[in-house]
Order: sequence, then structure tokens, then C-alpha cells
Amino acid sequence: MTWLSPALQDLLVEALWDTVVMVGASAAIAVAFGLPIALLLHVTAPGGLSPNALVNRPLGLVVNATRSTPFIILMVAIVPFTRLVAGTSIGTGAAIVPLALAATAFLARLFENALREVDRGVIEAARAMGATRLQIVAKVLVPEALPGLVAATTVALVSLVGFSAMAGAVGGGGLGDLGIRFGYQRFMPEVMATVVVILILFVQGLQSFGDWLVRRLSHR
Amino acid sequence: MAKLLALPRAPTALQPERPRPDAIALDGVSRRFPGGAVALDEVSLAVREGEVFGIVGRSGAGKSTLIRTVNLLERPDAGAVRVLGRDMLALDDAGLRAARRSTGMVFQHFNLHTRRTVAENVAFPLEIAGVPAAERRARIAELLPLVGLEAKHDAYPAQLSGGQKQRVGIARALASRPRILLCDEATSALDPETTRDILALIRDLRDRLDLTVLLITHEMSVVKAVCDRVAVMEAGRIIEAGRVFDVFTRPAHHTTRSFVAEVIGYDVPAATLARLPLPTQGQARRLAQVLFTGPHATRPVVSEASRRFTLDINIVSGRVDEIAGEPFGVMTLAASGAAADVEAAFAWMRGLGLQVTEMDA
Repeated sequence: MTWLSPALQDLLVEALWDTVVMVGASAAIAVAFGLPIALLLHVTAPGGLSPNALVNRPLGLVVNATRSTPFIILMVAIVPFTRLVAGTSIGTGAAIVPLALAATAFLARLFENALREVDRGVIEAARAMGATRLQIVAKVLVPEALPGLVAATTVALVSLVGFSAMAGAVGGGGLGDLGIRFGYQRFMPEVMATVVVILILFVQGLQSFGDWLVRRLSHR
Repeated sequence: MAKLLALPRAPTALQPERPRPDAIALDGVSRRFPGGAVALDEVSLAVREGEVFGIVGRSGAGKSTLIRTVNLLERPDAGAVRVLGRDMLALDDAGLRAARRSTGMVFQHFNLHTRRTVAENVAFPLEIAGVPAAERRARIAELLPLVGLEAKHDAYPAQLSGGQKQRVGIARALASRPRILLCDEATSALDPETTRDILALIRDLRDRLDLTVLLITHEMSVVKAVCDRVAVMEAGRIIEAGRVFDVFTRPAHHTTRSFVAEVIGYDVPAATLARLPLPTQGQARRLAQVLFTGPHATRPVVSEASRRFTLDINIVSGRVDEIAGEPFGVMTLAASGAAADVEAAFAWMRGLGLQVTEMDA
């Protein structure tokens, strides 16, 4: 990358690392919280394993509310919460909090869709065999939905790369932030171009890996 | 226990006729769907141990709901469900799960786990029952040869044909050694040849494992191939029930008759009837369907009647078939002659124990 000075090259590597950390950490958190939420939504839905409107409705409402708030607004709106969790409201670490929150809501819905795709017949067969509800969730629902869950996670990861570009607004780093500060504000098109190309490759890599994993996991 | 499976049951013919207790007893079972539609309307039914009992009906007749009430996948609003002497509706969750394990179920669309191999699918009911892995492997080694799938141990369902998938479904249903097998349109997604194979397998397993089989179907040919007794359902009710041979040869309800006609072909096309020669002046011509069963089934009745009563007898259609191992023949005759002679001929045939049903000419 001779078109960039060594100092900029260092910055680029650091920004890439920041992006990887932000996306990776928030995605991990989102999966950890999104899956239980999706399962709860799916199981308590009308016609589900344990229909329960008292759980389903409010939970669905919270998920929708989070999803309908634009990310840039969500980021500043939850600053007190971010400070509580991360100890600070500025920086890459602090950016992970709103990223994880937005991704959790997003993933919860995507996961719920993937769970809905599971053939009801397999669930019924498990019931007929005397499976408990917990066994149905753990041994039928989640394993059968796994390719769909992985595909959903891939979509969320790609979206997170986009969201993470806004982290600069709260002092977070990352490729997006680098592109804005150097490429745009300092009129360095070569930086902007490099950032964009790296982001494209990054997203391509994520998508290809996700697709490969889905193919490996599904036996349809 | 492993040995038990391989032992063939003593041939039924050698056993003295003795009534066996009911494996499944439904009494006044009703089920109304939330929308208000009545799926089951006071259905009572008793399936004896060791028999293959068929429920036949058009789609929407309620047969699917009926079979689901046996293991309470569908809870009836009223009535009693007893399975192997247990009052199913009185069971708590744990009791119900245990009861379900002693009732295997086979489905129209197989309902296999797409991400589990054949062996893993068959092992599933054992897995959820907490059977240790070594024991599961041993059980799979018994079950796969039983359904002819030992070569497909590690295949995924997507790599199997429909018939093979249903064999996996059957092996899975038998994994926890149930005494009852419920078949929910088990062959409806299969081609005719595969259907025959699967039905033969079900009957064979019934004999070898002393199973009680309750199956529902919309095809009378399935009933004919595999059932001992049959119930016909319409609009949530059982309109006719009895031994398969009796229901086939003496259907009482018109719906049953139309079901039976699908297999036996009682109906003669109108165009064929129209082409029959008209009776000559002063003579009667009457059409009748004659069912040949019983001791005189093999007697040359037509030529005898023709000679005795000086009739011209035209054989419009005829076939010989076997139902539940009992042979029978059915023939549509057009008899022409003096009115009194035709009448006498029909009476004579009835006297021989043949069933004579007059048809509109």
C-alpha cells in the first residue's frame, strides 16, 4: 500500500482491528441475547409450544421499538446506559453497547423467522414421541433451524459492519471513522478508496464464510 | 429383549380364536375447532390388540383429528380415550409423555430431522427417553435391518427415496418398543408400488412384533391391502364399521359404496349400459349385480340359471378379487326373458347365498 504513508498504514491496521472488535463483540452479545429472545417469542406465539400473549406481546413490542429507532439516534439515546455498562460513553468499547443492542433486536427477529421455517411436522413427531418442551426446543427446534440461524447471523454481521461505521459519532474507531476523518474531512480520496475496498472485501469474506457454513450445516 | 424382536410370532391360524382386549377405546369423543367447525362428533371406536384397524374417509372427514386424539396430540372436548387400559385424559404431563412413548406414530410426510442421519433419526425417541448411547446403538442395529435400511445408516433423509424415508419413520416409531403403531396417511405421499411395499412391511411388523395398528387413509385400496377391520368416516362421524371383507362385500352406506367402488369397480359406465341390446317385445330385461361369496362362489351359476330359467344372460362386467385373504367375485348381469323367469332366477341365486342387487337399467 505504497499510496499511503507508513503512519496512515498503521492507522488503517488499527482501524481494521477496531472494526473487527466492534463487530465481533457486538455480534457475539447479540447472538447470546437474541437467540433466547427469539425462542421466547417463537414459543409463546399463538400456536406455539406454550402460547402466552402476556409474554409475547410486550417482548415483541420492545424488539420492534428497538428496531425502529435509527441507529445513530439509538446510540446517543442510550448514553446513560452505555456509561453504566462500559464505564464510559466514548470510544470503541463504548460503541459496542449500542451496536450490540441494535443487533440483538435485529437478530431476534431474524432468528424468530428462521425458527418459524422449521417443519411443524418434525415438532409434532417429537411431541408424539413424548418429548418435553425443553427437549423439543433443544433437540429439534434449534438444531433444525441451525442453517437458518447461521444465515441470519451472517446478515446481521454484514449490517453491523455498516452500523459500526457510525461509531465515530461517539468517538469510536474503526474503518468507517477513518474514512470520514481522513478520506472526507481531510480530502484524502486514496484513504477513502482504500477504506471502501477493505470494507467490501471484509463483507464479501463474511458473506462467503456464512454461505459456506450454511451449506455445510444443511442437509436438504 | 433384543432376541424378542427377531422372534416371529406364532402363525395366527394356529391360535385358537379368542377375543383380545381393546388396545384403543374411544368413547363418545367429540372435538370442535375454535372456529366452530365440528371435527369429531361423538365418535366411539374399539381397536382390538393385534389387529390392523383402518379408518377411511375423504379429506376433512375428521380422521386426522381422530388418530391424533389417541395420543392426545389433539385433546377432545368430550368423551373418553383409553389406550392399553390407561385413561389418557386423566394423565399428567409426565404420564402422558410415558404413554406416548408406548405408542409409535408414522406420518404422511415422514417428519424426519433433516440434519440427523438415518441412525440418528431412529435414535431420537431413545435419546429423549434417556437411553444410554451404547444401548441406542444396539437398538439401531436391530431396527435398521428390520426395515431393510442397514446400508443407509449414515445417510441423510434428503438422500433417500420416499419409501426409504417412510421406512426410517417406521423404524423410529418402533424404537421404544411400542405396542401400538399409529399411521397417519403413511402411504399417501408414496407411489403405488412403494405403497404396496410399505403396507406389506407394516403387516409383517404387526405379525412379528404383535403390534396393534391404527391407520387412517383416504384410499380404500390401502384398507383392502392391510386392514382387518375398517371404519368409514364422514363429517366427523363413523358411518359404518366392520370386518374389511364384510364392508367391501356388503357396504350399507352410500359413501362406503362409493369408496368400495374405487377399488372393486362396481359401477358400469352409462355408455356401456346404453349399448346393451333392448329386450324383445313382451320380455323383461333386468340388470343385477351378483356378488359371489360363500360355498357356492365357484358354482357355474350363470350358465345354470340360463338353462334352468331359459334366460339370455349378458355378462356386462365381472372380476374376481381377494379381500383380507378371502376370495370373492362380482359380476354385472343383464338377464332377458319372461318377467317371472327373471324374478325366479334372481331368487334362486339368492337361495344359493349369492348377493343379488338389482340396478336401474
